[in-house]
Amino acid sequence: MDDQKARIARQFIEAIPHSRALGMRLVEIGEGTAAIEMAYDPRFVGDPQTGVIHGGAVSALMDTCGGAAVMSHPRAPGGTATIDLRIDYMRPATPGQKIRATATCYHMTRTVAFVRAVATDDDTDRPVAAATGAFTVEPARETAP
Amino acid sequence: MSRPAPEPVQVVKERRDKALGALVAAIPYAAFLGIHFDRRGDELTAMLDFDEKLIGNPLLPALHGGATAAFLEVTAIVELGWARLWGAIETGALDAGALTPETLPRLPKTIDFTVDYLRSGLPRDAYARARVTRSGRRYSSVHVEAWQDNRDRPIAQATGHFLMPDGDG
Repeated sequence: MDDQKARIARQFIEAIPHSRALGMRLVEIGEGTAAIEMAYDPRFVGDPQTGVIHGGAVSALMDTCGGAAVMSHPRAPGGTATIDLRIDYMRPATPGQKIRATATCYHMTRTVAFVRAVATDDDTDRPVAAATGAFTVEPARETAP
Repeated sequence: MSRPAPEPVQVVKERRDKALGALVAAIPYAAFLGIHFDRRGDELTAMLDFDEKLIGNPLLPALHGGATAAFLEVTAIVELGWARLWGAIETGALDAGALTPETLPRLPKTIDFTVDYLRSGLPRDAYARARVTRSGRRYSSVHVEAWQDNRDRPIAQATGHFLMPDGDG
């Protein structure tokens, strides 16, 4: 993994106000792949009777991670936005544990990027959630804006 | 045989607002995002107050897709919870004044949730309404739509499936 690329990607993710508000941290970036972690926080809970993180926070993590995977693709799109995202919630995340999303941009056309992602807690053999989505591919800018 | 006097309007409103308040207060993430609800009879409108922390693209600027998705999902869950709660408080099966996070009926669990992003979310307040398209004993389907300035120009829509809590909730 290219250190320069990882540093730029990390700064990019951490400059997104919503991702920062949720404490997201980029842990891996590759050629069309990314992994982002989100620490457990009582403010993100969906049901205080169980202490389980709200699905919406997991959505935000999956969406950010999917976007990062698209941006890291070798074809280097100029930007991306989510067209659609479907999330399957397989089991509740264990309260107190961080959630890690791993996304892969498995196909890219001139206009659309296709992404798969999975989220796990400490028990990495049993995913918490899975997602599939389509993202836009914005043309790369020739010069800085 | 005489008909019982209708309840004073303030009593009715207070009961319903208390029950709705208890339901929404049971979701910490709704408070974190700044989501609250407006009620007209049994019809709910969710409101997401704009805040800098909801931004996903600082250059445009635009709302984060994850913030929009969470807003839609909270709206869907509250709509489902509200439909059940309404029956319970109106018949007197549950005392709205005594509802606490511990005594509230359990919330439905999301099975899956699919969001279509239709327009970029602008840095301003957003609104959403959900419709329960199928309400079953175990599974429910909900459609939800969010908009900002124009009701006819939604920024996102979603459909989700939910597992309904067991028992008499």
